[in-house]
Amino acid sequence: MNWNHILTVYLKELKDSLRDRRTLISMIVIPTLVMPGLMFGVGYIMTKVMKKAREEPTSLVILGGAEAPGVVAALRAEPKFRIVEAKADYRQLVSDKKIRLAVEIPAGFEAALQAGEPKTVTLYHYEGELKSGMGVAAVERFLRDFRERTVTERLTHRGLPVSLVKPFEVKRQNVAPPEKVGGNIIGGIIPYMIIILCFTGAMYPAIDLTAGEKERGTMETLLCSPLRRVNIVLGKFLMVMTASVATMALSLVSMGLSVVAGGSLLGGGRAAAAASSAGAKDAAAGFIPLLDPLGVLGVFAMILPVAILFAAVLLAVALFAKSYKEAQSYVSPLIIVIIMPAVLGMLPGIELTAKTALVPILNLSLVCKEMLSGVWHWPYIALIFGSTTVYAGVALAACVWMFNREDVIFRA
Amino acid sequence: MIAALNLTKIFKDRKRGMIAAVDQVSFTCRPGQIYGLLGANGAGKTTTLRLLATLLQPTRGTATVAGHDVVADPVQVRAHVGFLAASTALYGRLTAREMITYFGRLNGMTDAAIRARLQVLAGELDMDEFLDRRCDKFSTGMKQKTSIARTLIHDPAVMIFDEPTLGLDVMTARAIVRFVRQCRDRGKTVIYSTHVMSEVEKLCDVIGIIHAGRLVAEGTLAELQARYGERDMEEIFVKAVGGEAALAAALNT
Repeated sequence: MNWNHILTVYLKELKDSLRDRRTLISMIVIPTLVMPGLMFGVGYIMTKVMKKAREEPTSLVILGGAEAPGVVAALRAEPKFRIVEAKADYRQLVSDKKIRLAVEIPAGFEAALQAGEPKTVTLYHYEGELKSGMGVAAVERFLRDFRERTVTERLTHRGLPVSLVKPFEVKRQNVAPPEKVGGNIIGGIIPYMIIILCFTGAMYPAIDLTAGEKERGTMETLLCSPLRRVNIVLGKFLMVMTASVATMALSLVSMGLSVVAGGSLLGGGRAAAAASSAGAKDAAAGFIPLLDPLGVLGVFAMILPVAILFAAVLLAVALFAKSYKEAQSYVSPLIIVIIMPAVLGMLPGIELTAKTALVPILNLSLVCKEMLSGVWHWPYIALIFGSTTVYAGVALAACVWMFNREDVIFRA
Repeated sequence: MIAALNLTKIFKDRKRGMIAAVDQVSFTCRPGQIYGLLGANGAGKTTTLRLLATLLQPTRGTATVAGHDVVADPVQVRAHVGFLAASTALYGRLTAREMITYFGRLNGMTDAAIRARLQVLAGELDMDEFLDRRCDKFSTGMKQKTSIARTLIHDPAVMIFDEPTLGLDVMTARAIVRFVRQCRDRGKTVIYSTHVMSEVEKLCDVIGIIHAGRLVAEGTLAELQARYGERDMEEIFVKAVGGEAALAAALNT
């Protein structure tokens, strides 16, 4: 190894890449402008849609109800509801999302209520549809209150205490410190994002520096120089690493900033955000400042061997291809290979054990989740760092081996 | 000085099995001499030159280039060789100056030495006007000049040219031929491969005819003319490879 040669190759590749519009787009423009723009845009639209759905009165049809004027009047008096004239095709109306639900009040409802006979109120809704679900929840809440009022009235009427039907209360109390709540909620998403960004950031330069060079005919020019192949590989490898880490760091910083800025602008609030999955990103707005900074540093330290692994694997795979296009067709399916273990790590049932600590990517996903929630399992951290470093070393050695193979370099 | 001794390169081919692209080729090329390697497409010219430039490793045999063995000391061989081929392109996003400086650095030169050498080369090759423009905007002639300066930046003792005029216009091709001659006149060892008969006649001091990986004839133009009883290089070539049928058969495999 000759560090002078490695540095010369690295600096040339860096200069060359920074002049390439495609690299600039993938390394700088997309992470800093497009990603946060997309997140901000999607978050903004989701928040708006949710807000509108919540503020809009629930449109409903009342079926029956002629013998229950009290309930109907209470429903009509409630400003959250907008009563639509009863029509025979109420099912169709619900299906067509013209109304959120239909409330069927059985015949003789109020008389049965007076007599103490149980009756069933049916709510016709559209399962899985957001607005219909919100409407059903609102009507259920209304009817529950109505039922409780009726029970209270009856108990008072008979001179009995209300506690007769409510012998005890249930109350929740959170003991987790706020940064751990943050770690748990976004701890699964952050490693996932980092893994994907690290990989996609390395993809383009890895292809450009290998198959791209072969296609443009500069590889042979470079191989004529009195450098050992290992120095060429390491110089190129450092450039791919730079792109990978830069893409990830720029994305995280700009996303963090836009989430914080967006969160305070939109004022979504935690409760509202928890209502939807897209809202989870919004929830981060409240939590990111509360993330354990040591945990964030830990995540960056753990990502290093993974970035090495990605850069080396991508270089080796792309080098095998004759052309840019061929390399793309080899590299693109690898994204799925990377995503699967990263997604597995987000699932609740999968925990960090001595076995999962040896599975690359999955182990990173799991340990990052723990570190962001302030849990430091040092033996696992050492095992993961160590095993990933070994994998990365093997991948880098494979990459050097590929560069030394004549049938790969001069593949016709 | 180049001395090849039983240089052999065998490739594995899925369809055809083991192929000897270069088969026991031996020759010597002295400083101040242009050795012309003449052969049809696929005869083994490029493989021979890649073996000399240590881009490929010989299966058997060896060669000494500028006093260094291609198998034992490939890095030193490359440090004393300038290799120019149709397949050695330029980095399009670098300027000519950056491109040449990069290869100067890779050859272990100091920046001051590179600057001084580049000034001389740019003057000789008339490159000053486009030295600071990016290579992807160059005409073919500018590209060739930059490539030549790239191969000469470390002033190598041996120059290897693999069909350097392939696909060039007449003016550029003539400039290249002139430049190759200059290299010889400055005492460099030059090996030049081509399938253009006229270039061999004009340029080469010794001609080696390569066919199906083997060196089938070698000598000065006069010697070859005497041996085959022909004046015309093309006729000599066809006779040397064993007639038109042999040539056609080799091209079809």
